[in-house]
Amino acid sequence: MSRVDHAEASSRFIEAKDHAEFHDKRLWDLRKKRDAETQAIPEWEELRSLASAIKEHTLSHLGDYLVEFERNATANGMVVHWARDAAEHNQVVYEILQAHGVTTLVKSKSMLTDECEMRPFLANRGIETMETDLGERIQQLDDEPPSHIVVPAVHKLRGDVAEVFGRTIGTDPGNSDVAYLAESQRRQTRPYYLKAEAGMTGANFAIAETGSFVVCTNEGNADLGANLPSLHIASIGIEKLLPKLEHLGVFVRMLSRSALGSPITQITSHFRAPRPDSEIHVVLVDNGRSDRLGMDDFWYSLKCIRCGACMNTCPVYRRSGGLSYGATYSGPIGVIIDPTFNLRKYSSLPFASTLNGSCTSVCPVKIDIHEQIYKWRQIIAERHQLPMVKKEAMRLAGKVLSSPRLYRAAVEAAAAGIEKLPRSLVYNPFNAWGRQREVPAAPAQTFRQWYLKHRRGGSR
Amino acid sequence: MKVALFVPCYVDAFFPEVGIATLELLERLGCEVDYPLEQTCCGQPMANSGCHAEARDTEALFARNFAGYEHIVTPSGSCAHHVRDQLTAIGQTAEVTAVRRSTRELVEFLHDVLGVREFPWAEFPHKVGLHIGCATLRRLREASASEIGEPAFSKPARLLGAVKGIEIVHPERVDECCGFGGTFSVDEEPVSAKMGHDKVADHLAAGAEVIVSPDMSCLMHQRGCAQRSGAPIRFLHIAQVLNGSAA
Repeated sequence: MSRVDHAEASSRFIEAKDHAEFHDKRLWDLRKKRDAETQAIPEWEELRSLASAIKEHTLSHLGDYLVEFERNATANGMVVHWARDAAEHNQVVYEILQAHGVTTLVKSKSMLTDECEMRPFLANRGIETMETDLGERIQQLDDEPPSHIVVPAVHKLRGDVAEVFGRTIGTDPGNSDVAYLAESQRRQTRPYYLKAEAGMTGANFAIAETGSFVVCTNEGNADLGANLPSLHIASIGIEKLLPKLEHLGVFVRMLSRSALGSPITQITSHFRAPRPDSEIHVVLVDNGRSDRLGMDDFWYSLKCIRCGACMNTCPVYRRSGGLSYGATYSGPIGVIIDPTFNLRKYSSLPFASTLNGSCTSVCPVKIDIHEQIYKWRQIIAERHQLPMVKKEAMRLAGKVLSSPRLYRAAVEAAAAGIEKLPRSLVYNPFNAWGRQREVPAAPAQTFRQWYLKHRRGGSR
Repeated sequence: MKVALFVPCYVDAFFPEVGIATLELLERLGCEVDYPLEQTCCGQPMANSGCHAEARDTEALFARNFAGYEHIVTPSGSCAHHVRDQLTAIGQTAEVTAVRRSTRELVEFLHDVLGVREFPWAEFPHKVGLHIGCATLRRLREASASEIGEPAFSKPARLLGAVKGIEIVHPERVDECCGFGGTFSVDEEPVSAKMGHDKVADHLAAGAEVIVSPDMSCLMHQRGCAQRSGAPIRFLHIAQVLNGSAA
């Protein structure tokens, strides 16, 4: 599988100037709203510590809590399934749907089903999936994956949406009025809630103590999908567990504040038992999570509640767009999760970071994201996944910088040399520094040369 | 007080005036400054690229050069951060850990160790945009970060505030990363350059005439952007302003 070239993809993203500016501003706006909301809560930092501790406790006793959840959910009348990986997840879902004669599935947003590439799997077996979240639906109609885990179509301008809808659901491609577009999508989607034989949701949290799960949304689509058809399937990653209902309050207070800078999502739905004459099936999915839990340096990433705050604050994500990461999860959290799926394919991603650390500061569950990025770089170098050019440059740098003699020869010659090089050589497309920036002018002497002259070898 | 001066490789090669201002300022404040002549680099470029094996000899050389000093001072936040928090490619002998503990960025040293609050010799009657590099901000914790709800503080701003005539102006995104990021600046050139140009534009919009920073590497990047776009703005290391060596 070929490597994702994040730098190349980001270059194309930045070339579309209006899009790039809008994307950056829109997400920075979410970051500012998040700052205002979180800073209005005096105990925010305490909440972060508490949330982190609850998640770490849960993850370090995950097997017990999963079994407790299964026991209680089953007692509540739900059917619990286990899926080792994406293939097993898709097969389990398909078998449930097939057993119920389902041909149409209405689905709310779930990153897990994107991770499992469930939609094409079902489509190949004759089952149509209708995405009901507005952003997710836009992406489905445009045949693109979501570019953000919370706002899937944030990279699109409304003119783009008008174009997509015009091409796919027959709206006026020249009309980019937001209310018109949203209403058109709504009208197109509504009949599916009645037609579909099954609804699917993800879950933000699953509570071991009560055997229930919680879905946080803003559009009401998940509740229609879960409550109109008589079959509800919820795909839940095993890391979504919380021990007790009392822990939920901590996370519900943090989720939407971190994500969108709003105090709470419009709708927080608790699913505990099926309605009369209905069924709820829960699919608990591993798909690499147990392996990640076994990684000393990276298991903390499983604390993630998928709020997207790290993406909104990330200056690289905001200027490159989610699709440039070539993976289900993008931005800082993607950078530390994606390599666990495929180290080679995603080996450029940990380098798509300045290590500025603001992701770590905003993370509501205190994942040390930038530290993990730093560690991934070491693993990528150790496993020989660095590009040859870079590896060779680093070998040479290490050789020169560890030898005072070679170092002095290099800096003294480089300083004198850059001046003499023709401009076309310094500022050519192959010199990444000089493409959009000037190279520092060479001084007459290095600091050391000045020092020797003016302080006369004042070493010890 | 005896101090060892570490002048990072890129400052030595491209910005000797920053090393000179740092040295003169420390001397002015009564420090006896040693400059170990065999110094090169702290190993950060290789380590940040994941290449610990390639960083090993450079880190070992750094530790040898600066062993035994009670105070090691450098005019570069990210280098101080690397030495203190990440110089781990080599064995952690008592000598190495002592070197790591003793290394400070210049502002930290002035503010926390020497406790300097006045610079009567310095005058700088300009509108200044303050840029604090991300390692200096979030690892060395020289200032509060905008995304954390904590009481506002800024050691660099406090020191600059003592300079006669200075006016600090604030860009809208007061501490967004400028996009230098070491090898990121070339690995991810498109985003890096975009961030740098955006940063300069934000400072210009705030009315800054000069961007001042404890981090010369960020300034090297921003200055390169400003020179390319023809933005009318100058760049100075904080040592140059505090030393009164720039007007």
